[in-house]
Amino acid sequence: MSENSNGVNPEKDLGASNLPGQRGEHGEEIRVQRGMFGANNGGDTSGYGGLVRSIRLPGPSARPYGGWFDEVADELEGALEEQDLLPENAIEKTVVDRGELTFHVVREHLVQVARTLRDDPALRFELCTGVSGVHYPNDKGRELHAVFHLRSLTHGRLIRLEVSAPDSDPHVPSLVGVYPTNDWHERETYDFFGLIFDGHPALTRIMMPDDWQGFPQRKDYPLGGIAVEYKGAQIPAPDQRRSYS
Amino acid sequence: MSTSHASARETTEGTVYTVTGGDWDEIAQSAAKSDDERIIVNMGPQHPSTHGVLRLILEIDGETVTEARCGIGYLHTGIEKNLEYRTWTQGTTFVTRMDYLTPFFNETAYCLGVEKLLGIEEQIPDRANIIRVLLMELNRLSSHLVCIATGGMELGATTIMIYGFRDRELILDLYELITGLRMNHAYIRPGGLAQDLPPGAMDQLREFVKTMKKNLPEYDKLATGNPIFKARMQDVGYLDLAGCMALGATGPILRSAGLPHDLRKTDPYCGYETYDFEVPTAETCDSYGRFLIRLEEMRQSLRIIEQCLDRLEPGPVMVADKKIAWPAQLALGPDGLGNSLDHIKNIMGTSMEALIHHFKLVTEGFRVPPGQAYAAVESPKGELGVHVVSDGGTRPYRVHFRDPSFTNLQAMAAMCEGGQVADVIVAVASIDPVMGGVDR
Repeated sequence: MSENSNGVNPEKDLGASNLPGQRGEHGEEIRVQRGMFGANNGGDTSGYGGLVRSIRLPGPSARPYGGWFDEVADELEGALEEQDLLPENAIEKTVVDRGELTFHVVREHLVQVARTLRDDPALRFELCTGVSGVHYPNDKGRELHAVFHLRSLTHGRLIRLEVSAPDSDPHVPSLVGVYPTNDWHERETYDFFGLIFDGHPALTRIMMPDDWQGFPQRKDYPLGGIAVEYKGAQIPAPDQRRSYS
Repeated sequence: MSTSHASARETTEGTVYTVTGGDWDEIAQSAAKSDDERIIVNMGPQHPSTHGVLRLILEIDGETVTEARCGIGYLHTGIEKNLEYRTWTQGTTFVTRMDYLTPFFNETAYCLGVEKLLGIEEQIPDRANIIRVLLMELNRLSSHLVCIATGGMELGATTIMIYGFRDRELILDLYELITGLRMNHAYIRPGGLAQDLPPGAMDQLREFVKTMKKNLPEYDKLATGNPIFKARMQDVGYLDLAGCMALGATGPILRSAGLPHDLRKTDPYCGYETYDFEVPTAETCDSYGRFLIRLEEMRQSLRIIEQCLDRLEPGPVMVADKKIAWPAQLALGPDGLGNSLDHIKNIMGTSMEALIHHFKLVTEGFRVPPGQAYAAVESPKGELGVHVVSDGGTRPYRVHFRDPSFTNLQAMAAMCEGGQVADVIVAVASIDPVMGGVDR
């Protein structure tokens, strides 16, 4: 990233591990924070106004991942190779953070990876706990994420699969064929994020009315609400209040 | 001569009748006259036996359901979106309202997620963990009681309904004593609890355990061996293990298919691995099996509550980290529960720094390092999972609840199709869906 107008290079801050909120090395930048206190109108009275920091998600991890994580990763890679799919083509990166294992999967290969995870005797992730959408408007080209948590009852393990799709092409393959439980979950994610799950048997809105316009959980969709008066003061609507992030 | 109730109108789809009750004969006669055998019944969203605003769309052929579908979303309140506009601590106030029959499970699951993101799981004081377990098990009792009570009422057994709500009332009284409210508690907070148990709570809890031990066998006497109960529930709402796994059904539904899967055992949290209890299962895959499992789980919950009461030692109920812990301990004043006077005296009269600290934490909140986490608890209905994402700010970036009612309700079609119309009610009751959790 180039220097910005303040002459501050956010990349330089990456090494400063003592800064609050800094974690990981090369994860995606999801936000640039300016200043410290969320005040962006008026002069800089705090002296922190020039602070620019890029907020990044935890970056990819290097082997060994620790515990049973390596076993699962080895088995998955081996099983994919047996199916003539190079693991590095299917799995973009593997993140180990806070004791959880996340495989970032290329969307074209999601169904195959999920099916392998379900069927391989050494993996056996029989239960999918649904999909959660996340919208990162600043993660260019990967704005929409679908996050799946898979649980193995046989081995007592839990992993996470994450796929991303750009806003301009919000398509992700449906996992209903592998995990029928995802039927309503994918409809919900479509309803709120506009992520289109290709291959879903009936991808319609589930929570919002059928004729609703827009996708409410996207970050650019306003929360709404009206200001209220309390003891003579105007209390702004929740999405108009000062944010400290 | 019958009086006319059902109004009929012609549409492109066929004749549509608006049923108001007591007019079934009339509709049956009209339907017999027409050459179309197929009737679609729209049950709900305001039918008393559908557990809240659930809409069931049943295609029936005589008394047999050939196709069953659910319409949900009538209670969608946008809680997940709202969470993104409040601090992490304020989040508990929202999540407690999701599945309103299991508030403490929602709160605990959310807080476990936030604590995982903060990396403070190990720092939660023992006392806070024990009280969390205590409240969750009380909550399991109250949720199962509602399930059994309303399920019985739908079969016409009003006695079991009265009994269930009588015992639930005892638990709600305890909630009120401990948290100040009968529901919507926001008592479990990231880092610990909002406040310690009030004086006298231990005695009341012990008294409750004694009463409940006396009352629980009454359900056995009333229902377990009751031939009408058994005739209505046995082999109804059938879903075997393969069906459960495919549809992601957890909780009593999964355990009624014979698999002793319980997150308290397989993936323990809040110190559940140190408690002595059993996971009941059934092999029948039906509503009756689920009923028996719920009864047994209530007995096991009482066991856990007793162990909690024996373990409680005085101590803190919030993490020691002053950058996360809510700055005030609450105290009862003349106008209700609020900041303790000692704390007010300290911040207003003695320590300017304490005042700044209090102000910053309460208005701005604490920052949570960027990343994501998944936390799951075994709620009375199954796996309640929370996916929390932080962007390093003072507000959640995204919170998603995997509510067990939502997932389990998908199994409705598999349980009901091919069965009788009257059995739909029993099958849905055995899923125990709460629309506040389904729709969020």
